[in-house]
Amino acid sequence: MSIRLFRIDERLLHGQVVVGWGERLGLDYYVVVDDDLAASDWEQELYMGGLPDGASAYFLTEEEAARRFRTLEERAGRGALLTRTTAAMRRLAEAGVLEGRAVHVGCLGAAPGRHRVLDYVYLNPEEAADLRALASLVGTLEARDLPSAPAVGLDRMVGESGA
Amino acid sequence: MTGSVVGVVVAHDGVAAALVRAVERISGVEGALREVSNEGCSPEELRGRLEEAAGDGPALLFVDLASGSCAFAARQVARPRPNLAVVTGASLPMLLDFVFHREMELEALAERVADKGRVATRVHLPTAPESDVDPTVPHR
Repeated sequence: MSIRLFRIDERLLHGQVVVGWGERLGLDYYVVVDDDLAASDWEQELYMGGLPDGASAYFLTEEEAARRFRTLEERAGRGALLTRTTAAMRRLAEAGVLEGRAVHVGCLGAAPGRHRVLDYVYLNPEEAADLRALASLVGTLEARDLPSAPAVGLDRMVGESGA
Repeated sequence: MTGSVVGVVVAHDGVAAALVRAVERISGVEGALREVSNEGCSPEELRGRLEEAAGDGPALLFVDLASGSCAFAARQVARPRPNLAVVTGASLPMLLDFVFHREMELEALAERVADKGRVATRVHLPTAPESDVDPTVPHR
């Protein structure tokens, strides 16, 4: 299992991921699962600019990620799988590839319709429902922005989302 | 490109506010720079804050890091706009120069302030302790 981190984070490849988690876990590849980004070369280039030297990234649709998951897991190195949305991670789990895995929620910022759960997690009712469903499909589901921060359990996340 | 260029500093946490405040305190020029923080907001929200701060006229977006959420938002906002430019590595030297040259043409101004930031980075290596100095070698 070379994928060490499964993270829902709407900022995708940003500092907390490639520095905070990447340095701590020794990550050298990132699987970014987002249908829109997989179709946008210029945005992929933008995100690639944030990778540390020697690291690589795959930009995949949800369908590609589910289909290629085993192959990605078998490659050398240490990887992270990122989705921009709770719904995308939920669909990956429903495809049967995340069984027993530890998934966490990183940055989901303030936006219309969302309620504050933590400083770095805001959820709307649909996202809270996604997380409840996701929790039953994976090993653990917690919120955690950085490795040094305490993990926050699902009950607190969805219990305080107003959903 | 005509008219004063608006400067927008977009950065993590409270960095933008601190930079803008410091520029105003040092230069005495107020209102030339606007601040945007990525704190607690979604990428969509951040783009909205940036668009509002930049306005419709020519603007230069100063970003703290060359990559990450602030840089992505700035590049995405600027991409369809011919009167927006992005400079990364925002620093006091480039911002201090910017506030006195806002009448310049946007592209030339962007190159100018980026150069100010580059040349402001210098290395001063530690000097040898006095005991290590060879007394037989005369000072020049």
